[in-house]
Amino acid sequence: MMKRLIALLLAGVMAFALCACKTSEPAPTDPPATDAPTDAPATDAPTDAPTEPSAEPTEIEFWTFQDLHVEFYEKMAEKWNEENPNEPIKLVPTVYPFDDMHNKLLIALQSGVGAPDLVDIEIGKYANFLKGDVQLMPLNDIVEPELDNIVKARVDIYSKDNNYYGICFHVGAAVIYYNTELCKLAGVDYENINTWDEYYEAGKKLKAADPDKYWTSVETSDIWHLWPMVAELGGDMVSSDGKPSIDSPAMAQALEFNRKLVDEGIAVVAPGNYFHAEEFYGLMNSGAIGSIVMPMWYMDRFTDYMPDLAGKIAIEPLPVWEAGQSRSVGQGGTGTSITAQCDNPELTKKFLAFAKLSAEGNIEIWNTMGFDPIRTEVWSMPEVTQSTNKFTDYYVDSPFDVLTQIKDEILPHNVNEALPATLDAMKNSVLNRVYTESNPDIPAILAEEQAKIQY
Amino acid sequence: MGLKKNAAAVTKEPKAAAPKPGKERTNSLLYSQKLAPYLFVAPFVLVFAIFYIYPVISSIIMSFQEVIPGQTHFIGLTNYKRLFNGDLGQAVLNSVIYTLLSCAVVVPVPMLLAVFLNSKKMVGKNIFRSVFFLPALVSIVVAGLTFRLIFGEMPTALLNNVLSNFGIKPIKWLGGPAQWTTFFALLVLCCWRWTGVNIMYYLAGLQNISVELYESAEIDGANAWQQFRSITVPLLKPTFTYVLTISIYGGLAMFLESYMLFNGNRSPGGAGLTIVGYLYRLGWEQANFGFGCAVGICLLVATLTINLVQLKISGFFKKE
Repeated sequence: MMKRLIALLLAGVMAFALCACKTSEPAPTDPPATDAPTDAPATDAPTDAPTEPSAEPTEIEFWTFQDLHVEFYEKMAEKWNEENPNEPIKLVPTVYPFDDMHNKLLIALQSGVGAPDLVDIEIGKYANFLKGDVQLMPLNDIVEPELDNIVKARVDIYSKDNNYYGICFHVGAAVIYYNTELCKLAGVDYENINTWDEYYEAGKKLKAADPDKYWTSVETSDIWHLWPMVAELGGDMVSSDGKPSIDSPAMAQALEFNRKLVDEGIAVVAPGNYFHAEEFYGLMNSGAIGSIVMPMWYMDRFTDYMPDLAGKIAIEPLPVWEAGQSRSVGQGGTGTSITAQCDNPELTKKFLAFAKLSAEGNIEIWNTMGFDPIRTEVWSMPEVTQSTNKFTDYYVDSPFDVLTQIKDEILPHNVNEALPATLDAMKNSVLNRVYTESNPDIPAILAEEQAKIQY
Repeated sequence: MGLKKNAAAVTKEPKAAAPKPGKERTNSLLYSQKLAPYLFVAPFVLVFAIFYIYPVISSIIMSFQEVIPGQTHFIGLTNYKRLFNGDLGQAVLNSVIYTLLSCAVVVPVPMLLAVFLNSKKMVGKNIFRSVFFLPALVSIVVAGLTFRLIFGEMPTALLNNVLSNFGIKPIKWLGGPAQWTTFFALLVLCCWRWTGVNIMYYLAGLQNISVELYESAEIDGANAWQQFRSITVPLLKPTFTYVLTISIYGGLAMFLESYMLFNGNRSPGGAGLTIVGYLYRLGWEQANFGFGCAVGICLLVATLTINLVQLKISGFFKKE
């Protein structure tokens, strides 16, 4: 008798606990509305048109890891509501820390519940979301009509089996940033550096002029400085058939070149190990480094973290190994995707196309975030070229001049399931060994490390 | 024995008092002493079952699977076989060295400090207790960030700046060519954070030791050292065992400290890679949940074995 009662009671408590779990589940979706400081305009929009009884705003839940992205999407939602009073939307954004957001999304998609409608996924993590049955919605019907107007590589990197799943914010074209003051000191005309050999000679000149300065810097725990040098030679981190490909002559050639620069004191290993470390910002800002290879989205790191270099930094196309090679590669990026759990896929798609593919959206991307937008026609539009913002104030030349020059030379790189593990190997082991071990046998290191990569 | 008697007395009582059978039943249920313990432990049992037992079983199953959306399938021992040619060896080595070093410092030192703080002669006891405990209240994220800047490799970073006054050249502390610098930074962070917590455990243990023992020892002519060796140390043994157990576990499960010091789960040459860091890399950063689970299960088995052996040696399982 007693046993039965106890069992009953326990079952009751358990049922109660489960109910509690269930009721608390929608909680994460509720608070964002109150969290988001700029939510007000989105909610205002539908109240402006009370005469439209049918136009109940559709909620679109959006996750990101970047405040700036929310600012951009909210501006676009406002514009959307102005232009489409019949189909108003209400953007419900949530900003999570970088790792947190990707981890939560991974779990939500793996388990089939709790994912948002719209989500920003960073390129380094994207391959994780292309595994198995892809839990994102193909965007072919909005992407394919625009393929001729955009940099195709920026949607290719988010595709699998001919389906496009994400749209990038920017081209992320790799360029080179010169400290014009040090170029002057070395007597180097940075506009006329066309090959890596000339680049190396310029470094020697700077070293001769001032041995305490460095011509460039290399990262031991990141790959941005290296990737375009390898891409110019036709190399890549992973092959198109989904295998690590760091054990290649292209990779060895680029690494050997960099190592030579380090050995001769022309290049310094980035303090803090990569170009996003506080120590590196400090050294660069002090004017000790003549140039770095980074994608265009690094522009805002200069303006925000290296204020002393204002008016001294020039953006130029990359040197090449041999004339005729492509001078850039699209790097990094964040693809906005629609999850398979989206409630209103058609409307969300239309909004995404409006925000990310339209000229209006692409102009806003430059104005809000300072990114090089993927729609090429806007690069020469006066709304972009003649706008003034913190970037135009900071740099000695216009990034769009460079972009227009290299427009047809921006190479894509492969993104597949082997990429996260390959990048981990590069960041944790390969680069550190190549740049810091004494007399490294670079091809041997590459072969050895590639064999260890598990994906 | 006494409790049983008591229970019988209580259950008898309502029977005599309640005239209606229905009410009697609810009353006997409400006041039932047999049921009460189950009710009181139910929240813990449920939480434990849902948030600990279930995930552990689920991880064991997942460690034999390739977990991908819509296509999860069993792959036998593949995940475990793959463990041996990855970076697990380095991760285990780092974790073990860190555990040994941290236990060597964080277990005995707080004991001595606690004895001082417990002494009647100690001046400003409460201030010291608060100061030692303060770091435990600081978020590890904030602490890690601060320590990363202290241990910066530039000559202008705090520690290098101080050392330069003694003519020591700037050292690349985090992930530098010498392995010890990384462990030193991790250990400083560990001591800073855990000394106060362990002092609290020891203080609680010390306050359970009866004062009469010391008094009688004093009358017998024992000096302070003899009192410490023959009274304090043996009677602190349960606390010591507890602190050692959680320190071993804490050392092997260390992740966040390294993650924060290195500004992410990466470090030159894997200098700061720990077992949990490796698990995080495989499971989350590479979305390889099955492989990650296999690492987790290995960590569980290793920690459990080490702790059981250590508890066995310390006589924890002996009946009192």
